[in-house]
Amino acid sequence: MRKNPETIRKLLLRGGRIPDPAGGPDTTADILIEGSRIRKIGKIRTPESDVRVLDCAGKVIAPGFCDMHVHLREPGQEDKETIETGCRAAMAGGFTAVASMPNTRPPIDTRSQVEFVRERAQGMLTDVYPIAAITKGLKGGELTEMGELAAAGAAGFSDDGFPVSDSGRFRRALEYAKMFGRPVIEHSEDRSLSEGGHMNEGFVSTQLGIRGIPPVGETAAVARNLLIAEYADSPLHIAHVSTADSVRLIREAKARGVPVTAETCPHYLVLTDEAVKSFDPNRYKMNPPLRTEADRLALLEGLRDGTIDVIATDHAPHTVDDKDCEFDVAAFGVVGLETALGVILTHLVHAGILTPAQMIGKMSVNPRRILRLDPIRIAEGEVADLTILDPDVEWTVDPKRFETKGRNTPFAGETLKGGPFAVVNKGMVFVKD
Amino acid sequence: MQLNSRHLLGLEGVTCEEITLFLDTAASFKKVLERPIPKVPTLRGKTVVNLFFEPSTRTRISFELAEKRLSADSVNFTSAGSSVKKGETFKDTARNIEAMKIDTVVVRHGSAGAPHYLSRCVDASIINAGDGAHEHPTQALLDMMTIRERLKSLEGLKVVIVGDIEHSRVARSNIHGLKTMGAAVGVCGPSTLLPREIEKMGVTVYPHIEDAMAEADVLNVLRIQLERQERGLFPSAREYRMLFGITRARVEAAGRPVTILHPGPINRGVEIDSDVADSEASVILEQVTNGVAVRMAVLYLLAGGRTIAEGEDHA
Repeated sequence: MRKNPETIRKLLLRGGRIPDPAGGPDTTADILIEGSRIRKIGKIRTPESDVRVLDCAGKVIAPGFCDMHVHLREPGQEDKETIETGCRAAMAGGFTAVASMPNTRPPIDTRSQVEFVRERAQGMLTDVYPIAAITKGLKGGELTEMGELAAAGAAGFSDDGFPVSDSGRFRRALEYAKMFGRPVIEHSEDRSLSEGGHMNEGFVSTQLGIRGIPPVGETAAVARNLLIAEYADSPLHIAHVSTADSVRLIREAKARGVPVTAETCPHYLVLTDEAVKSFDPNRYKMNPPLRTEADRLALLEGLRDGTIDVIATDHAPHTVDDKDCEFDVAAFGVVGLETALGVILTHLVHAGILTPAQMIGKMSVNPRRILRLDPIRIAEGEVADLTILDPDVEWTVDPKRFETKGRNTPFAGETLKGGPFAVVNKGMVFVKD
Repeated sequence: MQLNSRHLLGLEGVTCEEITLFLDTAASFKKVLERPIPKVPTLRGKTVVNLFFEPSTRTRISFELAEKRLSADSVNFTSAGSSVKKGETFKDTARNIEAMKIDTVVVRHGSAGAPHYLSRCVDASIINAGDGAHEHPTQALLDMMTIRERLKSLEGLKVVIVGDIEHSRVARSNIHGLKTMGAAVGVCGPSTLLPREIEKMGVTVYPHIEDAMAEADVLNVLRIQLERQERGLFPSAREYRMLFGITRARVEAAGRPVTILHPGPINRGVEIDSDVADSEASVILEQVTNGVAVRMAVLYLLAGGRTIAEGEDHA
């Protein structure tokens, strides 16, 4: 029996650490939540008997984490995921919000499709912010009715998985989207360079004889997209950055003042194409592909120096049949919602690469800022939208226990240190076992 | 001695001792093939399935013949095109094989790693008969056997593989095997058909065929797939021959004895001219004969598990 979130009447978070977003020392305090709002922060003595008390000693209390790149598959591919199972996966993984990509069947390119996604997510603890298509049917042709889509609740625009190859179209999409204060999120890939590939092109693909996806397929598209965003002076968010050269180009563009932001994913930060030697597409096949150690190190540097604003998961659930097959037949993508916090805490925070406050920046504050969502403040009278981390819990990734329908994770069997402890949102609390 | 694995998925990681065992055992089986009745009861009662997901004539016939010569019961499963197009998944095919209690599976598949996948889902011994552009270990073994017959030893030789290295499983298996056996390996071909960072596999890259031929003891000439022209990888068969074709004039200009291999089928007048392919320097037909002996050795050593000294007398 899957565990459900509980409705909050009065909830006392006892003794958690609250990091200072400005980088100052953490404060340790009790937080009393009533319904959906924070009533009191400080030293709260004897709680009334009707207060549910959650011992948060040693836990870190942060503004709710937001994964700005997930695939919920509904409508159309409910065998892979539904909005409900995706929301549950987010909740179990410590996220209070996700932004869902529009490459469903049919794609999210009309008002009614946006409304459908939002309606389906009502009542869930997780907030779902639909990203709508840039072009009708994700076909790279006519623009969608972005004004109406934005009014219906689209948080941004993307043809994720189907990069807009026509440069003129892409320029107009950026300029048009700018009117509505919503970012364009681009999967930057020049398909004429990458078509037919299944893993990173490099020494490992040479050894394995698997057709490669050259890093320049991404980098050339990033370069084009940066130049067009600069010319159009319109906000651009670059999805799942995977190469060292992309990091360099984005860093240079930011220095020139281009309105660009960027994300990468946990798997690019801890794995390389060496893993593909196992020929296991269930774990190691995604697009962009796992790159080299030099790329991995450049991504870490990009996170540290602020070139990369966001860690998102590109959560891409697939059925067993789509993944348990020959490497070059298998679908692209891995799930990430239920492992991201553990992987980042283990490999980045405990490894001294990011501070807890920086992690909160990359996984909560920055994605919400890029999507123009209201900032979350942990203060009396504010909405209680919280992720509570347990930085020290040791656990082993077991895909059979996932809430997502996907079992396609690179981290199955890995023991991690740190993970989500609880999430609070919309007057509900979910506490991990 | 025993092999380190019950499968032959590739030559990467196969030791010098193991390769020597394969080649020595193949040499013994070659003598069997020269008898009036070229057949031994070694694998009587064993069942081998030849699982071919790609069109192949010579490799499949070579394996079938090797199985018959060893008295194994063999069955063929041939399916052109990918299993997905056919409607049954590779996994289901594998499960069917498992249910039929097969001892050894010989698999040819267009996807790199397919034999590795199969070895994880079934109990049988797996022999890779070519997986995508990854490995083709029995081809490399028969190439090495043929070179060793002609030149006595592999150690210290310079072997240059010529042609489409990028898409060649023959090249990759040859590189692993030859280097393990102490030969120096070079590759030569159009820069569009040399994979990225190939030099990191420990080979010398020759941009010009003349430079390669000035140093090579052996040329392993690969078949050039004319469809690559449509993908823009080289402009024409004519220019390919001009730049990389093994011609009589080039052999003479090299001014040194050379042994020429080709895994077949040959595009005469493209990668190699007939007067070279049919010359004394060519060992192309010996390769075909040795192919059967090598596959007998592989089937025997993987299925029987005994070395030839412990087993019956095959000689």
